[in-house]
Amino acid sequence: MTLDIHKIRADFPVLDQQVNGSSLIYFDNAATTQKPKSVIDALSHYYASDNANIHRGLHALAERATNAYELTRTKIKEFINAPSSDQIILTAGTTGSINLVAQTFGRANFSKGDKILISNLEHHSNIVPWQMIAEEKGAIIEVIPVDERGVLDLEAFRNLLDASVKLVAVNHVSNAIGTINPIAEMIQLAHAHGAKVMIDGAQSIAHLDIDVQALDIDFFAFSAHKLFGPTGVGVLYGKRELLESMPPYQGGGEMIKEVSFEGTTYNELPYKFEAGTPNIADVIALSAAIDYVNALSKEALFTQELALLAYATEQLSTIPGLRIIGTAPDKIAVISFVIDGIHPQDLGVLLDKFGIAIRTGHHCVQPLMKRFGLPGTCRASFAFYNTFEEIDLFVKALRRSINMLQ
Amino acid sequence: MAQSIQETQEELIEEFGLFDDWADKYEYLIDLGKKLPNLPEAFKTEENVIKGCQSRVWLHAEKQGGQIVFEADSEAVIVKGMISMLIRVLSHHTAEEIMKADLYFIDQIGMSQHLAQTRSNGLLSMVKQMKNYALAFSAK
Ligand SMILES: Cc1ncc(COP(=O)(O)O)c(C=O)c1O
Repeated sequence: MTLDIHKIRADFPVLDQQVNGSSLIYFDNAATTQKPKSVIDALSHYYASDNANIHRGLHALAERATNAYELTRTKIKEFINAPSSDQIILTAGTTGSINLVAQTFGRANFSKGDKILISNLEHHSNIVPWQMIAEEKGAIIEVIPVDERGVLDLEAFRNLLDASVKLVAVNHVSNAIGTINPIAEMIQLAHAHGAKVMIDGAQSIAHLDIDVQALDIDFFAFSAHKLFGPTGVGVLYGKRELLESMPPYQGGGEMIKEVSFEGTTYNELPYKFEAGTPNIADVIALSAAIDYVNALSKEALFTQELALLAYATEQLSTIPGLRIIGTAPDKIAVISFVIDGIHPQDLGVLLDKFGIAIRTGHHCVQPLMKRFGLPGTCRASFAFYNTFEEIDLFVKALRRSINMLQ
Repeated sequence: MAQSIQETQEELIEEFGLFDDWADKYEYLIDLGKKLPNLPEAFKTEENVIKGCQSRVWLHAEKQGGQIVFEADSEAVIVKGMISMLIRVLSHHTAEEIMKADLYFIDQIGMSQHLAQTRSNGLLSMVKQMKNYALAFSAK
């Protein structure tokens, strides 16, 4: 199936605007993706017609809101092929999901001298929560190194694995340089040593097929806003026996079965981990995002993105002094680059003047930047609604900016 | 007698008034950045770093006679151009003049976005820090 790019672009109202006198070119999709009109409509429809608190009221609105909320959970279950909807915990984002696992699974399972393996590619969100619980428990964090291309060193990973490793926490895809990690193989290796695996799927959820059962993933986290859905919603999938054995996270309404001053019994999955009134509207609108991606097929969208990546890589390579950071053979459509003698921030400022949104800086992966000896990079990240013409305009604006700066 | 803070601001507004497109303005700004002398390495200390997210900015201040003299640097040349203007406006003035200064020229020359929080380039903190130095020197 080839995509009708004009029709697709018309689905994303934000793309149709002028920025600093030029048509907006949005190449910051790894930071957050844009939202189709169906998602925006679902949000306003909910507040205009169905708004009610869920799971408690008996009235019609409460029932409609509860049904819509739980329907999203079912759609997420299907989207990642989880065995059951009650293994889908709704959180505030990838960061929230990782912290939940660190504070519950980590608190219950880590002890002094245990190891947590992370990688040199991790986002700060998949580093700091582990550092916090490790410090508290006396556990040790070890880091899987990456090579010059930004590919994880699997040999080193094998050597780091032993019986003291309780958890391996790695991203499926690197946000800064786009590397797709061989998680199937890594999960097998980790399991062979008795370690559990948490996959940070923030950057893979919108692009790669995710089957948590086929991959035998223990924990999987992602954010709705990187899947063309709203901000403020995230997902944590976990294997049933793990989720059931974990202590609750935050206390409050919704997560309890019975409360008395003598003691409290906790609710079942998934509610045990969902204290308080959740982000109902945004969860409901995530349904529309999942429907949108399913209707076009993730595979078709990714094929289009890979074509954009190949074209942009080829075009950027013609610019003198430009060096692409992250040249893994398997990548999503993310290109990080630096230019000799030019600070990334200067390029970011000038490209913005041309109406082009890219990201510059350390991309919340300071240890990875350190590995490459860079303070930061420029990063262009594409989505299926981007076009080849936009890449041409970007390369032209980049050449012009370099001229101004040199 | 050197010119006042207000006079320098007016001068900058006039200079930028000559450009009618953004690219000319930025070329001028980049040029200012390139011409600002580098801060001696001895002053590029951790203490002199202004906390900004993307590029490092250093600010050094000294009292000479009754006046405060600023020197500064940045890894990014556009930021350095902005710094160059801030120094031209504020350096060699008394603590009281610096503390009172209303930097209206930035808005007038269409560069206020560089002082926005979102730019995380440390310029906003740099202006605050310049005023803090003035406050500290005046208290001595
Ligand atoms: C790989 C990765 N992990 C985690 C996060 C954090 O996601 P959020 O800020 O939505 O919680 C991001 C977002 O940039 C990411 O790219």
